[in-house]
Amino acid sequence: MDHIAVTVNGRNLPLRGIAAHTTALDWLRDTGLTGSKEGCAEGECGACAMLLATSDGHGGTVWTAVNACLVPAAALDGQEIVTAEGLGTPEALHPVQERLAEGGGSQCGYCTPGFACSMAAEFYRAGRVAPAPAESGDRAHEIAPNGFELHALSGNLCRCTGYRPIRDAAYALGAPEPGDPLAERRGRPAPGPVATRLEAGGERFLRPPSVDEALRVLAAEPDAVVVAGCTDWGVDVNLRGRRAPLTLAVEHLAELRALSFGDAAVEIGAALPLAEIERRLDGRVPLLGELFPQFASPLIRNRATIGGNLGTASPIGDLAPALLALEARVVLVSADGEREVDLSEYFTGYRQTLRRPDELIRAVRIPLPLAQQTAFHKIAKRRFDDISSVAVGFALDVDDGVVASARIGLGGVAATPLRARATEALLVGRSWNVETVRDAASVLEAEGTPMSDHRASAEYRSRMLGTALLKLYRTRPLTAEGVPA
Amino acid sequence: MTELATRPANPVVGTLVAHESAALHVTGTAVYTDDVAARASGVLTAWPVQSEHAHALVKVDPGAALVVPGVVRVLTAADVPGVNDAGVKDDEPLIPSEAMFHGHALAWVLAETAEAARLGAAAVRVDYEPLPSIITVAEAIEAGSFQGIPRTVRRGDPESVLATAPHVFDGVVEVGGQEHFYLETHASFAHVDSEGQVFVECSTQHPSETQEIVAHVLGLPSNRVTVQTLRMGGGFGGKEMQPHGFAAIAALGATLTGRPVRLRLNRTQDLTMTGKRHPFHIVWKAGFDDSGRILALATTLTSDGGWSLDLSEPVMGRALCHVDNAYWIPNFVAQGRIAKTNKTSQTAFRGFGGPQGMFVIEDILGRVAPCLGIDAATLRERNFYAPGQTTPYGQPVRHAERLHEIWRRVLDESAFDERRAGIAAFNAEHADTKRALAITPVKFGISFTLTAFNQAGALVHVYKDGSVLVNHGGTEMGQGLHTKMLQVAATALGVPLDAVRLAPTRTDKVPNTSATAASSSADLNGGAVKHACEQIRDRMAGVAAGLLGVDPHDVRFSRGRVGGIGASDPSLTFADVANAAYHQRVQLFAAGFYRTEGLHWDTEKMQGEPFKYFAYGAAATEVEVDGFTGAYRTRRVDIVHDVGDSLSPLVDLGQIEGGFVQGAGWLTLEELRWDETDGPGRGRLLTQSASTYKLPSFSEMPEVFNVHFFERATEDGVVYGSKAVGEPPLMLALSVREAIREAVAAFGAAGGIVELASPATPEAVFWAVEAARRAAERAAPEDRPAGASVGAESPLVPFDH
Repeated sequence: MDHIAVTVNGRNLPLRGIAAHTTALDWLRDTGLTGSKEGCAEGECGACAMLLATSDGHGGTVWTAVNACLVPAAALDGQEIVTAEGLGTPEALHPVQERLAEGGGSQCGYCTPGFACSMAAEFYRAGRVAPAPAESGDRAHEIAPNGFELHALSGNLCRCTGYRPIRDAAYALGAPEPGDPLAERRGRPAPGPVATRLEAGGERFLRPPSVDEALRVLAAEPDAVVVAGCTDWGVDVNLRGRRAPLTLAVEHLAELRALSFGDAAVEIGAALPLAEIERRLDGRVPLLGELFPQFASPLIRNRATIGGNLGTASPIGDLAPALLALEARVVLVSADGEREVDLSEYFTGYRQTLRRPDELIRAVRIPLPLAQQTAFHKIAKRRFDDISSVAVGFALDVDDGVVASARIGLGGVAATPLRARATEALLVGRSWNVETVRDAASVLEAEGTPMSDHRASAEYRSRMLGTALLKLYRTRPLTAEGVPA
Repeated sequence: MTELATRPANPVVGTLVAHESAALHVTGTAVYTDDVAARASGVLTAWPVQSEHAHALVKVDPGAALVVPGVVRVLTAADVPGVNDAGVKDDEPLIPSEAMFHGHALAWVLAETAEAARLGAAAVRVDYEPLPSIITVAEAIEAGSFQGIPRTVRRGDPESVLATAPHVFDGVVEVGGQEHFYLETHASFAHVDSEGQVFVECSTQHPSETQEIVAHVLGLPSNRVTVQTLRMGGGFGGKEMQPHGFAAIAALGATLTGRPVRLRLNRTQDLTMTGKRHPFHIVWKAGFDDSGRILALATTLTSDGGWSLDLSEPVMGRALCHVDNAYWIPNFVAQGRIAKTNKTSQTAFRGFGGPQGMFVIEDILGRVAPCLGIDAATLRERNFYAPGQTTPYGQPVRHAERLHEIWRRVLDESAFDERRAGIAAFNAEHADTKRALAITPVKFGISFTLTAFNQAGALVHVYKDGSVLVNHGGTEMGQGLHTKMLQVAATALGVPLDAVRLAPTRTDKVPNTSATAASSSADLNGGAVKHACEQIRDRMAGVAAGLLGVDPHDVRFSRGRVGGIGASDPSLTFADVANAAYHQRVQLFAAGFYRTEGLHWDTEKMQGEPFKYFAYGAAATEVEVDGFTGAYRTRRVDIVHDVGDSLSPLVDLGQIEGGFVQGAGWLTLEELRWDETDGPGRGRLLTQSASTYKLPSFSEMPEVFNVHFFERATEDGVVYGSKAVGEPPLMLALSVREAIREAVAAFGAAGGIVELASPATPEAVFWAVEAARRAAERAAPEDRPAGASVGAESPLVPFDH
C-alpha cells in the first residue's frame, strides 16, 4: 500500500489501518480525536462536521464544512482538515467557541463540536459582509448584521437548546483577528488532488490521476462504485452496510469540474460541489439559484454533486425536477467517446438510467436562453435540510399574456423524475389566467403515480402538484411581457 | 421562610454562569461514554441480532457467526449467570426466547471490530415461529390487550352533570409518540478491574438502577458493581430505564471474555430498540355552562405502552393528574389504561405523561371555543383555578394566583390584543396565508409520584488548601444540574465558584440514588449538597471562631473569606480555616441527605398530595400557515415562566427555550410511523433514521423568542427558593398547536371548528385547511362540522373496574 496521510489540526497523520469504506469520522475517533461525534451517520445531524481546506479557485483556500461521517477517510489523502479540537482549546477558545460557550450555546454538548465547525466555516467565509439595508422582510432574521447566514448551520441539529442561543452566538461574531492562523491560511493554496490507491481486506479505494485512467478502470471493472462527494454512497455504507470491491473517486478530475456560460448553453461539470456551482453561477440560472438553498444543507452541498444526484437517480432527488424544467442534457463519457442524452429520456426506471456501467457523467448542459419565468417548489416536512415529498420545477414563457412554452419537472410522484407533459401541453397557447391555472392544476395533479409513505400520502403529493402551480400563479403574477409584476 | 429557601449574602446561586462543561463542549474535549471506549485498547464491540418479526418464538443458532473473522463470542440466554432480566418488574428478559417487537435484540455478538461484529450478527441464524401481533392502539383496544393496573381519578358526579349541562361536546383524538433523539445514542463500556470489580461507564440517568440490574444479571451483590456516568449527550427520560439492559450486556461480555466491551447503538438501532414517548388515544366528553365555565369532564386515556410495562403506569398516573392543567373542573373523571402492543417499550420522556394529559384539556378548549362563541384565550382564563381550589386528585392548588399574574404578564409582554388586531387585518388581506396568535397556560406538579424516589445524597470534601470536591447522586445530561450543584456548594460554603469541582457521578460515592428525572434533581440533590456543605461549614465556623475570637454563630463565610461579626481582624481565607481545621482534627468532609417533606399519595384511590409544588407558566405564540402546502412558521413566542428564584438563570433560560422547541417538535413535526400492514414488515418502525424522523432544526426556531422569569417567585421549602424547570416548559408548546388551529380556522368561516391531527405536520395542517375551506363553502347551518355534536349521545363508555 502506498503511504497516505492527512493534515489534521496542523499535524501530518498517516492514514493507517483504514479500509476503503472507513469514514473520516471513524478514523478520527480511532486516532483519539473524539470531539467529532456520530449522531446519525447519514449527514443529517452535523455532529461530525469538520473543516476541509478546499480551493477558492484563485490560489487561496476556503474552509469548507463537511460531514466527516460521509467522507471516506481515504479521500482525505493529501488533504488538510480541522476539527473542533483544532479550532481552540479550553484554555484558549476560538472566537466561535467563546461565543457558543458564554451564551448558553451548549447544553449536553454532543452536537457542539459540529456546530463549532459549521460556524467557523461561516466565520471565515470571505464573502461574509453585512447585508445591504434594503434586505429586510420575511427572511431578514436569517441573515445577521455581521453577514452571518443562518443557513450555514442548517445541517446541524441540536436537541437541547432550541437553537436561539446558537443563533445569537453566531450573530455576535466579529471578523477574524489579525494573526488568526486559519484566516491567514486562506491566503495560501489548498492542497491539490492526490492520486490515491488503497487496498485492504479485499476492498480498494482508487483515485485515478486522470479521467482517461478513470475510464480505463471503469471499462475493465464496470462494477466499480463511482463516488464524488460520497453523500449518497456514504449513507449506504453506514446505514445499509454496503461494501464495494472497488470505490472509484472522481471528484477531483478537472474534466468533470468545468463550468462555462456559453452562447447556446451553460455547461456544469458533474463533479463540482453544488455549493461551488451556486457561487459560480451567482444567480445566472435563477431556477437553480432558487433550488440550491433548499437542497439538503451546506454540509451536504459542499460535497454533493450534480453527477452524484443524477447518477443515483433517486426519484426524490431535488436536482432532476429543476433540470428537467430547464431541458438539460446529460453528457456521458466513456473510453469510446462522448454522447449526450436528453435528461427526460435519461431515467429509465427506479434508480435506473441510460448510463452504461463504463460511462461517467461528465457534465450537464442547460440550453440558452432560459425561460422567462421559473420557480422551484419543494414540499417537505421541514423547511431546512429535509428530503422532498414532492418537488416541482417550473419554466414558463408568457408572451402577450399567452403561455408560449411550458416545461415542468416533477420529483416524488413516480419511480423516476418526470416531465409533466400533459400539463405542459394544456398550458401552451392558453391565456395565463386563473381559469387556465385551475384547469392545468387539475391535470397536473393526475401526472405521475405517487405513493403513500412515511413522508406523505399519495393524495397529499398529488394535491401539492396542483397547489404548486396555483401558488406560482398567485405569488408571481406575470405582466403581459412575462416579467414579474 | 424556611432555612432551606433562604439565601445568604453574596450567593453564587442566581448568578449568570455558563454550563460547567461549556469550554469542554465547544472544543470537543468533553468526554462521553463511548469516547472512553475509543481511547481504550483491547476493546470488543457488541452488536445486536435484531428480530425481523413483531412477535415470534425464536431459536438462535450462533454457529455461523463464530467463524466470521474477528468474532469472539455470541451472547445468548445460556450465558446469563444471574437473572435473565433487564427490567425492574421481571418482565423484560435480557435475552429473550420470544421476540416481542420488530427489532428486539435476540443475541449479541462480540467481536474485535464493529465491522466484524456487524457481519457476525448478520451471520447468526434465527428461526422464527411467528405469532399474532398487535401494532396499533386501536387493535389493542379491540383485542383487549392491556397491561398494568388501570387507574381512575374522580371527583364529583361528572356523569349526571354531563347529562344536564347546557353545552356538551365529545370527541376522540390521538396524540403521537416522540423519539427522544438525544444526539448521543445509548452507550455503555464495561470492564473488570484488577480487584474483580465490574466497572461500567454508562450513559444513564439512573446509575443506581443500572448497577442493580447489572448486578442481578451477573448474579453479583451490588458492592461488586460500580457504574459511572461522566455526562450524557442528552437523555430527556430516554435513559432513565432503558440503559440497564445495554449496560448488562456490556458487563456480561466483559466478565465472560475478560476484555473491555463497548456497546454503542447506532441511530437506527437506538430508534428501533428503545422506548419513546407514549402515544395516547383519548375519548372525551365535556360539559360547559353558557358563560363557558367547565362543569364536567369525562375522559378515557389509553396509552400505547409497547411490549413491556417499563414506566407506563407512573406515566399514566401523571397524565391523569395533568388533564386538569390550569383549570377548575368541579366534576371530573379520567380513566387511564395501558395498551400492550408489539412495539418498543415506551418509557419516560420529558413531561412523563403530563404533556399528554394537558393535551386533552387544551385540545378540548381549542376545539369548542368557537362553538361557545367565546375567544379561546378568554375561555381558558375564565376557567383558571382560583386560590383555595383543589385538583381532582385532592391537592390544594397553592399559588394559583400566580397563574393569573403570569397570564396577564404574557398578554402584556406579547402585546396580545394589539397584535391580534394586526393579525386580523393581515388575514383579511391575504387569502393564501393566515396568521394566528394563541396563548396557553401550564401548571405542572413537581415530585416523583413514587414517594421513595424523593430522596437524594451527596458527598462533599474540603481539602486542606480550601478546594472543594462535590459528589452527588444526580447525573448531567445537558440540563445544567452539575452547574447548579456547583453554585449551591459555593453558596453554602461561601467560596467562589472556581474553588469547587464536581466529580463524575458514581455509585461507589453516593449509593441508592434516584433517577435524574421528574425535573426534581436540582431540588433533591441541591438539598443534599447544601446539607453536606453546611455540616462542614458549621464545623469550620467553630474553628474560625477560635481564630477570630468571636462566637461561632457570628462567623460568616462569603466569597472565599471567613470573618466574624465584631472581629478585630478583618477575615481569614477559607483555605486558612480549612488548614487550621485539619490540624485541629476537625472533619472536613460530610455526607448530605435530603428527603422531600409533606408528600402523600394513595395510588389505589388516586388521591392525595403527590406534588411538593406546582410550576407555572404561559406562552403566547404567533404562527403563519401557508394555505398552499400546510407549512407553517413560528413567528414569535413570548413566555413567562415560574422557576422560583432561579439557581442559575442561563441554565434555566436554556431549559425553557429548549423544552419549548422540543414540545413544538412533538406536536407539529416529529412523526413515528410503523408498518401497520399485514405484510412481512409488520411492526417495523418506518421512521428509523434522522432522514425520516425529523426533529426541529433552525427553521423551526421561533423567529422572535422572548422569555421572562416570573419575578419575586421564591418557593419556600426548596433549595435557595428555586423551582424545578426541566419538564414544565415543554408543555408551553401547546400554544404552537393552538395557534396553528386558529390560523387554520382563519381559512374558513368564523366560528368553524378545527380538528387537528397530532403531530400537526404540514400535511395534517393542509387537510385541516381544506376541511375549513370546505366547511365555509357549505355554509348551510345543518351542516355543522363534526365534533360539534351539541347534546348528542356520547360514544364514551367509561369502564369501571
